[in-house]
Amino acid sequence: MKGIRYILMLLFLSFACGAFATEHTAESGKIDVKKVIFEHIKDTYEWHITTIGEKHVAISLPVILYSHRTGWEVFSSSVFHEQESYKGFYISYMGDNEGKIVENDSDGNERRPLLDLSITKTVLSVFISSLLLVVLVLYTARWYRRHNADDKAPRGFVGVMEMLITMVVDDVIKPNVGKNYKRYTPYLLTAFFFIFLNNLMGLLPIFPGGANVTGNIAVTFALALCTFIAVNFFGNKEYYKEIFWPDVPIFLKLPVPMMPLIELFGIFVKPFALTIRLFANILAGHTVVLAFVCIIFITMSVSKYIGTAMTFVSVVFTIFMNVLELLVAFIQAFVFTMLSSVFIGLSQPEHHEGKH
Amino acid sequence: MSFLLPEAGLLFWMLIAFGVVFFILYKYGFPVITSMIDERKKFIDEALDNAKIANEKLAGIEEQSRLILEKANAEQVRILREAVVARDSIVKEAQEKAELESAKIISAAKEQIKQEKEDALREIRAQVAELSIAIAEKVIRKELADDKAHDSFMDSLLDEAFDNKNDNK
Repeated sequence: MKGIRYILMLLFLSFACGAFATEHTAESGKIDVKKVIFEHIKDTYEWHITTIGEKHVAISLPVILYSHRTGWEVFSSSVFHEQESYKGFYISYMGDNEGKIVENDSDGNERRPLLDLSITKTVLSVFISSLLLVVLVLYTARWYRRHNADDKAPRGFVGVMEMLITMVVDDVIKPNVGKNYKRYTPYLLTAFFFIFLNNLMGLLPIFPGGANVTGNIAVTFALALCTFIAVNFFGNKEYYKEIFWPDVPIFLKLPVPMMPLIELFGIFVKPFALTIRLFANILAGHTVVLAFVCIIFITMSVSKYIGTAMTFVSVVFTIFMNVLELLVAFIQAFVFTMLSSVFIGLSQPEHHEGKH
Repeated sequence: MSFLLPEAGLLFWMLIAFGVVFFILYKYGFPVITSMIDERKKFIDEALDNAKIANEKLAGIEEQSRLILEKANAEQVRILREAVVARDSIVKEAQEKAELESAKIISAAKEQIKQEKEDALREIRAQVAELSIAIAEKVIRKELADDKAHDSFMDSLLDEAFDNKNDNK
């Protein structure tokens, strides 16, 4: 009985989607899938929530610019609703800077302002999830501050947090970092929960979720940069000896420092791998979910009947992908933490027994 | 392909946001939680160890008490056996002593009886002697009255005396 109810619900959902899609495509005629998807995964200057009829419901965000021409400029992104350009700044429509705020230099060429510190959709999303993360973890910490070691283990949300924390500490950090693990635990846990929370927020379809945060390369790059700092600024002597004077036959080091070069290269490849892995996985997840949703609109524009049939398929696949992305959200946070732990562990080699 | 290049502004804000989050959680968040979890783990381990030790102790105590009980039982049996032996020997000794005593008493009594008998005989003899003197006196007095009667009487008395003597033998 329950199964039938679920199928009916799914069918209803599909038809509702289909009906909405028909209306939508009827309005605009053709749908540009690439544009829809790119609009979602790219960073924007305002947070577009939905469009009701002709009215755009969006959150305007502050634009903060520094240009040689005008100096510091702070204004709301809503100015671009009324006029094309504001003080010579406008949003580019094509080329390398598509969707970004640009200005014209003295030769009339399009260029980016020197600094663009605008609070974009992704930045706001980062702020929201950062705040949420701080609140959640401090709430958990408060429980621990108010209890003693001989009290019963926590239940509910704090229990879940404890489960996640002990899992990350015992299964990821301890075995990979080695005996100095306590020093790195706060950073690795912060990275894990930051990524995990942002991944989950990205799966929520509407504000305050839905932004493509961990699928943005600047975000993953910043995270990888932190790991890079943790690895290279706190590595021990042995680690640097292994880079600049590794245990290899002497002709590999002198006169051409081949191995040191390769090792040096490795320092930068490691965070690069972290950056790309997380970015690509989350970006792909968002893209696939959106593509499945777009199937409805494409097939609707071809034929109502095929569209209705395909809506069902599309809804099923979208649900499947969302559940899969839930798994990916966890796995990618887990993998990032694990790789960071491994890299940190490699920067803390034990002193070799005896001389080679 | 602009989304493959990290945007400077976003990078800036992201580093600030992540840095602040990390600082707050480093200061007030995770160390509190992890140290507490470690503490609890240690507490549980200790409690388990203590329970194990207590169990071992209890088992040792049980074994000890069993041993003591066994020993006490053996002691009891031994004491009972000894008591039986002692009782038997005491009884025997007492019997022997009693027999000896009774024999002594009996022999003493016999001796006394013999003594008494002898005394009685001596007394009787004395009495007889006295009586015979008295009789003799009376006879002597009667002799004065009748010779014949005196003679016959003398004879009979003597007969009697002899008979008596024979009877006493």
